This record gives sequence, structure tokens and C-alpha cells, in this order.
Amino acid sequence: MKDASPLRLALRNGQFVAGAVIFLSVLLVAAFADQLAPRAYDAMDLPHRLSPPGPGYPLGTDEFGRCLTSRVIHGARIALRVGLIVVTVESVIGVTLGLVAGYYGGWADRVISFATDVTWSLPPIVLALAIVTVLGPSLNNVMIAIAAVSWGGYARLIRAKTQGLKNTPFVEAAQAVGESNFSVMFRYILPNTLGVIMVLGTLSLPGAILSTTALSFLGLGSQPPSPDWGVILNRGLRHLHEAPWVSIFPGLGLVWTALGFNLLGEGLRDLLDPQLKA
Amino acid sequence: MLDYTVRRLGVGVLTVIAVTVVLFGIMQLMPGDAIRLIADPDRIPPERIEELRRQWGLDRPAHVQYFYWLGNLLQGELGHSIVTGQEVGVLIASRLPFTLLLAVTSMALHYAIAVPLGLVAAVRSGSKLDHGIIVTTTIFWSIPGFWLGILLMLLLSVHLRWFPISGYQGLSSMVVPVMTLTLPPLGGTVRLTRAEVLDTIRASFVLTAHAKGLGRLSVHLRHVLRNALIPVTVMFFLGLPWVVGGAVIIENIFAWPGMGRLLWMSITNQDLPVVQGIMIMIAVLTVVCNVIGDVVSGLLDPRIRIALEEAGGR
Repeated sequence: MKDASPLRLALRNGQFVAGAVIFLSVLLVAAFADQLAPRAYDAMDLPHRLSPPGPGYPLGTDEFGRCLTSRVIHGARIALRVGLIVVTVESVIGVTLGLVAGYYGGWADRVISFATDVTWSLPPIVLALAIVTVLGPSLNNVMIAIAAVSWGGYARLIRAKTQGLKNTPFVEAAQAVGESNFSVMFRYILPNTLGVIMVLGTLSLPGAILSTTALSFLGLGSQPPSPDWGVILNRGLRHLHEAPWVSIFPGLGLVWTALGFNLLGEGLRDLLDPQLKA
Repeated sequence: MLDYTVRRLGVGVLTVIAVTVVLFGIMQLMPGDAIRLIADPDRIPPERIEELRRQWGLDRPAHVQYFYWLGNLLQGELGHSIVTGQEVGVLIASRLPFTLLLAVTSMALHYAIAVPLGLVAAVRSGSKLDHGIIVTTTIFWSIPGFWLGILLMLLLSVHLRWFPISGYQGLSSMVVPVMTLTLPPLGGTVRLTRAEVLDTIRASFVLTAHAKGLGRLSVHLRHVLRNALIPVTVMFFLGLPWVVGGAVIIENIFAWPGMGRLLWMSITNQDLPVVQGIMIMIAVLTVVCNVIGDVVSGLLDPRIRIALEEAGGR
């Protein structure tokens, strides 16, 4: 057991392997969308509008006769990019605030903790809607809005971790040899929290993707003819009766992606921080 | 306990005030101001626009405008819709019951299903039944709510024609939206209940109850469940605002005439007073629920109360 390499440990973790395989599948589809998609995602074929899945169009077509296969494949690219950007931004905000609150304590801690409470006093999706109202509907604005309301979890977690690490000998040693506060926070404490940040980031990815897709579904994010899964679902709802496949396949993509990140995150948590497991 | 409740309420009021500042700040960031939305600058002369701006107090500094707005807010004056001219308070009051109907029904149903399932899963832990419950609820957990709504609508309303597709046509319209709000979060509550029950089952007072000859059912219901339900009860209050948040999106799939539908239409029309009004309603609801959740957890569990009082309320 003792000489088990990290790789071997990872491969023995079923959740991690399953999550990694699903994540890789989505990543490959997103990376090679241009090669994999049978047609351009916005190429219309009006005579074949709303045709069911069949030989010509494996997943059928939408209201403009656009190939649903190609649209769902290109949608993976948007979903993945959105998820990664949102999670990066929210974790940078949350981790920085958490470090400052935990390290300095006192007033900085009180102000930051109160700000966290305030962002938590509205359901994130509702607060994001307020921001989108002001910025106007677009995918970028939705990403800004979601990132701006969902850093609270990171701040809380890193604050607690920092408080725990602050009085450990290696941090005190760093302070004793005259390292600046900035250096202590980012070069000594931060590296020791990277594990939990990775776990939390992976577990927040599905939420970030689902929230932006939901806002795009409401018509407040990506705009047609974007192959965003939310946009496809929005248009599909109008033709639920005659063309249910338009509403089914983008959702499957969404569930597949979310499932992959959830498994990957839970696997990572078992591997990196067994204590976190409730 | 009273001291703690008062302090918690104080923090709650502060939070609501902070939310109003944030909301007001966000709205101040809008390019232009309210006049831009009601008066077309191409058709109305600039002097008239300036006059309107002065009349509405929009030429005053931001903090003056804020306190004026807050003052009106405290008197229940939420302003008028830019689109319909109706009073925002009246508009929200006409929609709120529909949202609460959905939210409260699905919360009640949620707990009525999740708690027994969690208890059964814990008591029979390790069995096929336990496994089945966890797997099923986890599958629902990973389905995005709005997509589940579309699927249920497709199956139950379009295909089987059991329920109306959208709008509000009596109580049968509620079935599919309520299912959509109830099913996805089941996984979380079932897991929480299961974990708490498993924790409690191992406690020594439960062993005592068994030892003094109480029946299994009686031990499980009176000793285990009662203690295991403390965190679950707290989650009920903390979760209510999230259900309302979820309803904001779900209502739009089913054209449900609630607050979420109103919010979406107001956002699309940039009807700021209505958006602000709804946001404040939801913020107050959330803060009130959080305070109730904290106080209830203190009332139910003396250990939490003591810890909180020793920590100075925070």
C-alpha cells in the first residue's frame, strides 16, 4: 500500500476513472468539433426542417433544417469553455478573498465574511438575473454574472483552511525570516490549499455550466444562431410536439458533461483529501 | 437564546440593507437612467428631458437618491412599472401566491418523500433497497431542473395528455411543475437524512433505548428520527429560497403566472422598478428563512445553542 504511486491510486478509484473518461470524451468532441460535425452548425436545409433522426441527419434537424448533430457537437465547445472560464474567475475571486480574510482576520475578515453572507442572501441565479438586467443579454454578461455571485463557497473554504494553516510552524518560520505577508499568503499558504481548490473547482463546474445554460435557455445568454445547448433547448420547446428530439439531445449532452465533472470531482476529493469525505 | 435571536435578527436586517445597496448600485451602473427608458430622446426635446429628470430627482447625487428610494421602500412604496404603470407592490402581490403555491407544495412533497426514503435507506443500509434509493435519487440529482421540466412536459402533457401543457388552468396545471421542482433535489435530502440517521443509530442513547426493551419501530421513530431530523429541519428553511430561485426558471417553461415569469418579462423589458421589487422580496424571504433556520437549530439542539452563545453569536 505504501509504495502505491499516485497514478496507480488514481486508476484504482472507479469514480475518478469514469469521470476522467467522460471528461476526455467531452474534451475531444469540443476540440475536434469542426472535424466531427457532419455539417456546419448553422447550415440551413429548409426542405428538411424538423426531420426526425435518420440516415441523413443522425440526430434529426431543427426548425431551420439545421443538423442537430453538428449543433450539439459545437455546443460542447461552448459549454466547456463557459464552465472553465466561470470556474476560473470565481475561484480566483473567492480564493483571494478567503486568503485575505483568514490571514489578516479582524476587520478584513468581518467585511469579507459579511460580503459573502450578502451574496448568499439571494439565490445565485436570481442575483445573476439582476446583473444580466443591467448588462444586457449576452453570453459574456451571463458568465460575468454567474462568476460574480458564486465565489462565496471558495472564500469560506479557503478562509477556514488559512486560519488553520496560519499558526503552523512552517508559516511562522516564513514570517520569522521576513517574508512579506503577500508572499506568505500566496507562496506558503496557497500551495497547501490547491488540493481542495481543485476539488471544489471541479465540483462547481457542472453548476456553472447548468446556470449559464439555464440563462441562455431563458434567452438572456447566448443568442441564436449560437449552438449553445440552452439556445437549442429554448427553440426546441416551441416544437416539442412535432420535434421532441430537438429538446432531448442537447439535454443529454448537458447531463453527460455534468455527470463527468461530478464523478471526477468526487474521485479527486477521495484522492487528494480523504478528510473532506463526509 | 433571546439574546442570540436578537443578534441574528440584527445581522439579518443589516444583510437586507446591504442587498438594497447592492441592488441600487447595480441599477446605477445602467447606462443612462430611467428617463432613457420612458422618453425617446429622438422625439422629446432635451430641455423637456432635463425637466423630467429634475422632477424625478434623478439630477440629485446617488446617495440622496438611495435614501429617498429606501425611505419609499420602508413605506411599502416600490414604485410603478415602467411598462404597464401598475404599482409594483400590487403587481407582485398578484403573482406571489402562484409562486408560493408551487414552492410550498413542492417543499412539502419533497420532505414527505425524502425523509422516509432516507430513514429506510439508513435502517437497511448496505442492502439492495438502500443502493436503489441512492442511485435513483442521484440520477434525478444530476438532471438539470429545466431539462427535467421539458422531459416531463413531453411525456406527461404532450405524449400522454394527462395534464395541461402550460399556463394556469386549475390545479391539474400544477402537477408537472411541482414534479419538476420536487424530484432533482431529493438526492441531497435523502443523503442528508440517511447520514444523520446512521450517525444517530450508533449513539449510546439509542443503544440504551434498545436495551430497555423498546420495539424497533418505536426506537427508530421516537429516538433516532427525532434527533436525526434536526439538520433536516434546518435545511428546510435554508432551502426554501432556493426553491423560489428554481421556480424563477421553471415557471418560464410552463408559462406559470408567478413571480418568476414576471421577473423574466420585466428583465426582457428592462422594467427596473419591478425587477428591484422582486429582488428585494426574494432577499427578505431568504434572510428571514436563514434567521428562522439558525434560531430553530438553536432551539432544537442545545449543543448548537451553547456553541453559538460561547462564540459570541457568529
